[in-house]
Amino acid sequence: MSTWERSAITIATLLPLVGAGVIALVPRDRDRLVRGLGIVFTGAAMVVALALAAGFDYGAGGGLQFELNTRWIPAIGARYHVGIDGISLPLWVLTFVLSFLCAVYTWRYVPSPGKTKAFLALTLLLETGMAGTFIAFDLVLFFIFWELVLVPMYFLIGIWGSANREYAAIKFFLYTLFGSVFMLLGFLAMYFRSTPHTFDILQLQAYGAGGGFTRTFQLIVFGAVALGFAVKVPMWPFHTWLPDAHTEAPTIGSVLLAGIMLKMGTYGFVRIALPILPEGAKAYAPWIGGLAAIAIVYAALACLAQKDLKRLIAFSSVGHMGFVMLGIATLTDVGINAAIFGMVAHGIITGMLFFCVGSVYDRYHTRMIAELGGGLMQKLPYLGGVFTFVAIASLGLPGLAGFWGEVMALLSAYRPAEVLADQLPLFRAFMVAGGIGTILTAGYFLWMIQRVNMGTVPERWRESPFPDVVAVEWVSWVPLLVSIVALGVFPRLLIGITDGPVGALMGLFGG
Amino acid sequence: MTAVITPAIVRAGEEVHLATSAGLTRYAWLVALLPLISAVVILFFGKRTPGGGWIWGVLTVGTGFVLSLGILWHFVTGGGPTGAAVDWFTIGTLRMQLGQYVDGLTAVMLVVVTAVSLCVHVYSIGYMHGDARFTWFYVALSLFTAAMLNVVIADNLFQLLIGWEVMGFCSYILIGHWWEEHVNSSSAIKAFITTRIGDVPFLFGVFVLIAATGFTTSNIQEISHLVAGGEVARGVVALGAILLFGGAVGKSAQFPLHVWLPDAMAGPTPVSALIHAATMVAAGVYMVGRTYEVFLHADPWVLQLVGAIGVVTAFGAGLLGLVQDDIKRVLAYSTISQLGYMITLMAAGPAGRNAAFFHLFTHAFFKALLFLGSGSVIHACHTNNMSEMGGLRRTMPVTFWTFTIGSLALAGVPPLAGFFSKDELLVALEHDHQWLLFWLLLGAAAVTAFYTARMVLQTFFGEYRGHGHPHESPASMTGPLVALAGATVLVGFLGFAGTGAPFFDWVYLEEPEAVTFVPWVALLSTAAALLGLAGGYAVYREWREPDPITRLGALHRLLANKYYLDDIYWRGIVRPVRDGLSAAVNWSNQVVLDGIVNGAAKVARWLSEGVRALDEEVVDGAVNGVGRTAGYAGAVLRYVQSGNVQRYAAFLFAGVVILAVIFTRI
Repeated sequence: MSTWERSAITIATLLPLVGAGVIALVPRDRDRLVRGLGIVFTGAAMVVALALAAGFDYGAGGGLQFELNTRWIPAIGARYHVGIDGISLPLWVLTFVLSFLCAVYTWRYVPSPGKTKAFLALTLLLETGMAGTFIAFDLVLFFIFWELVLVPMYFLIGIWGSANREYAAIKFFLYTLFGSVFMLLGFLAMYFRSTPHTFDILQLQAYGAGGGFTRTFQLIVFGAVALGFAVKVPMWPFHTWLPDAHTEAPTIGSVLLAGIMLKMGTYGFVRIALPILPEGAKAYAPWIGGLAAIAIVYAALACLAQKDLKRLIAFSSVGHMGFVMLGIATLTDVGINAAIFGMVAHGIITGMLFFCVGSVYDRYHTRMIAELGGGLMQKLPYLGGVFTFVAIASLGLPGLAGFWGEVMALLSAYRPAEVLADQLPLFRAFMVAGGIGTILTAGYFLWMIQRVNMGTVPERWRESPFPDVVAVEWVSWVPLLVSIVALGVFPRLLIGITDGPVGALMGLFGG
Repeated sequence: MTAVITPAIVRAGEEVHLATSAGLTRYAWLVALLPLISAVVILFFGKRTPGGGWIWGVLTVGTGFVLSLGILWHFVTGGGPTGAAVDWFTIGTLRMQLGQYVDGLTAVMLVVVTAVSLCVHVYSIGYMHGDARFTWFYVALSLFTAAMLNVVIADNLFQLLIGWEVMGFCSYILIGHWWEEHVNSSSAIKAFITTRIGDVPFLFGVFVLIAATGFTTSNIQEISHLVAGGEVARGVVALGAILLFGGAVGKSAQFPLHVWLPDAMAGPTPVSALIHAATMVAAGVYMVGRTYEVFLHADPWVLQLVGAIGVVTAFGAGLLGLVQDDIKRVLAYSTISQLGYMITLMAAGPAGRNAAFFHLFTHAFFKALLFLGSGSVIHACHTNNMSEMGGLRRTMPVTFWTFTIGSLALAGVPPLAGFFSKDELLVALEHDHQWLLFWLLLGAAAVTAFYTARMVLQTFFGEYRGHGHPHESPASMTGPLVALAGATVLVGFLGFAGTGAPFFDWVYLEEPEAVTFVPWVALLSTAAALLGLAGGYAVYREWREPDPITRLGALHRLLANKYYLDDIYWRGIVRPVRDGLSAAVNWSNQVVLDGIVNGAAKVARWLSEGVRALDEEVVDGAVNGVGRTAGYAGAVLRYVQSGNVQRYAAFLFAGVVILAVIFTRI
């Protein structure tokens, strides 16, 4: 194995961290230089990630590639074990792409109160944490990356957020921490129960598949780990930190939060909870599916009641993640593929929606639907048009990326895994709830479009000299807009990557 | 990167599997692809193209029309069905493909869709001239055409579903084309949501059928084969069929989901002609006929229900057509009613299905003609209301004559297209001994003739009651009218027994069926048409105010209020969900769920303060003395209350370690 193959992942993942350090050394008054460095480092990391993706063997199926497994903290048996497979690759690459686009966006917009240096350094730190989560195959390493994400996001919300930022930041931090405590507990339990003691995800997986963990143990530990992931996703009813965090966070904070961070939770289910604790997964699956179905309908109804555009989109995220969780709960290959597709699609689409809302706010200085008063497509045809397009993508129009994740999740709920055969009617009921959810979803998005984008410009905005979409915005948006169409028309771009490893993983459930 | 990811697509391109393709049928996909290319080109380059981009639409759809005629020729000369597909992607065991299945029905539909679309593309040059979003209008028109053609050629249900929903989206943006007006965007939303209520069952029906194949395919031919071979339980087939039918109820505006179509008239009139009369709304009928084996092999109650919904729609919507003043709404209810005819006939077995398709075929031409004619009138009078028209036969002769031909066809007067297709419907019902449906549809035919007469008389006869000086429309608008009128005169003979009824040699389910001419049925249907026309003439031969129809009293009120369905939906479903339920959910989120979270946080803080106080008093107190503690505790309390996160974190991690130790001991 070449040096490149052993180190590529680490280079890409740690480059942003290096960037954060470099930016910290730049004098405070060199604002443009700082922004440029942000673009350079996220860009370089993205190039490495894309180069790795180019060298990835897509026909390999389940195995890890670009693996590095070396001594790290021998005292507790923690190893630096990183690698990538078809399940993590899409999310890992998406992390770099979205972070880069956020850095580009920051070239023009640094939210109040400025402090560009700290803003970008934290964003880069965040990027390393998120990317690391998707490549860690050691539970300690995973946990460190997982927790690493919390701190920069806490400050991004707490310093650069809007009016109610402190409440939102603390709520976000403590709620996630509360969840991760249980997750850590579960990790420790797995470590101490496995023989030999190990934090290695693959070894634990083999150990679990070999029947090493008793059913009772699995039930308890799955519950603990799942709680940690569930808060992060967030699943209903653990979602209430999300609307606050999103509403208060600066634009790129929202983009990265929705685009990547939420997926850490769903990824945790797929990577850790399901394969290591299959008995637990089987027992909890109907509950997870039920909460997912509730989330879909509940979030859609809540969206209808929102007056703040950003809060509306935050709630829509809860619903979309509900579809992802429904797919996971079926324990089928179709369902897991759907979930990963849903994660990526939601990352692109909802990230893009937050960009749109951010740009609307940047011009109007309000996000209240009633104050915007309509006519966006008349006042700013390009911004209004892009916003409408992305909203339509988000409601799951076929031919665009949002469709496949949802429809395949519903399909998988029609026939969940063999081991859930006795729960068939229940899962069909979830499917019907999901179907009703898609109608409500169309309802709130179209209503939003009608109230914000359509109609005529109200008197108060008629003379305001707002610029339409500017060059920097186009640069950071076009890749996402193209992806929305490309993934919708050629779902194989993604399913072709995930189907093999998912199939290998799901052999555990006979689905 | 590209080298790795693109092979998936390139590989797909090489896997074209031309099993039995022959003649031009192998290029059916091109007919659908051309307008898609046009949509993209107009979107990006339309504004820079002289004329605003319409030329791309006209060229591609025109080419598609010629190609479609070539494809139809394959079947005219006795060719058989062909198919081809490329792999799209695989998920688990489910193999998804992009494919085309071309039989006589496909070919006929290709011709119909491209012909009407071409007329509408040309017509809109004049009708939409000067519109602020002229170019965008053509983007949507071309995209719609591509989506509809995709539905027509799709050989599998997922591909069909994609075209189906994209059509719905185009319908939405075109109904709301003038979105500055609130009523237009509301109508657009109503159309999208109402049809999606049907689309969800449709999707689930697709799931049922995919599951029936063992999660391997959604190919329509394979599913049909499986179902016809009796390899799927009847109950499952029935479930699949009835769920699929949900999609048709929404898309083809059948009772009780028909309510969106009259409001869809808020869109520009060419859109009403293309989407809301000739093509998209017929897609539901097409889908039922395309998956007909599923319906045929389901429990009998499924087709009985289909027939019942169809006939209720045909009759109920026809009655609503009697009381409209908006000329487009008359046509909208007439469209719903005629779609009801087609759906009804699905209950009469394969012969009924074929007759339904013949009616779909003729209806597309004469209803597109009527809508474009009404558009010409609206263009001239600047109003939709017939009460502000009148006497237009003198000022708009071309529109008048073509509109009259379309109206007589709609009424079912021989030898126009509508007569032959309606006659075939009744013959099929007669052969199947569906007497109830037979008499009800015959009655509905008289109603149709009555409101048609009313419409023509109020619009073109008497004295002009509006303002300004109406004039004949430009050639780009009258040209398509003349073309469609010509088609309306001619296409009926394709299904006439006297000419050998070639249509039924192209469109059949398993075997071509002999078409018989039943003189007494033809006489009866002609009598119904003439009776309705005569009745209409008697009541409306001169303008009277108020409309004599108001003398029906309670019945008129019922009809004028559209059977109160809109009110029931609005007050019973939309408002309670949108304003009531959503507010309750939001309350539960803010007060209940968040209350628990905030309450827990408060309790935790309260506890930590207690612990700290204990800590101060017991431990520190012993060391530092009581005196200093008060000030120190105050500082710590401020520290905690300022929300210092690290401190919480430290507490939590300490807890974890303790719990972990406990946990590993159990």
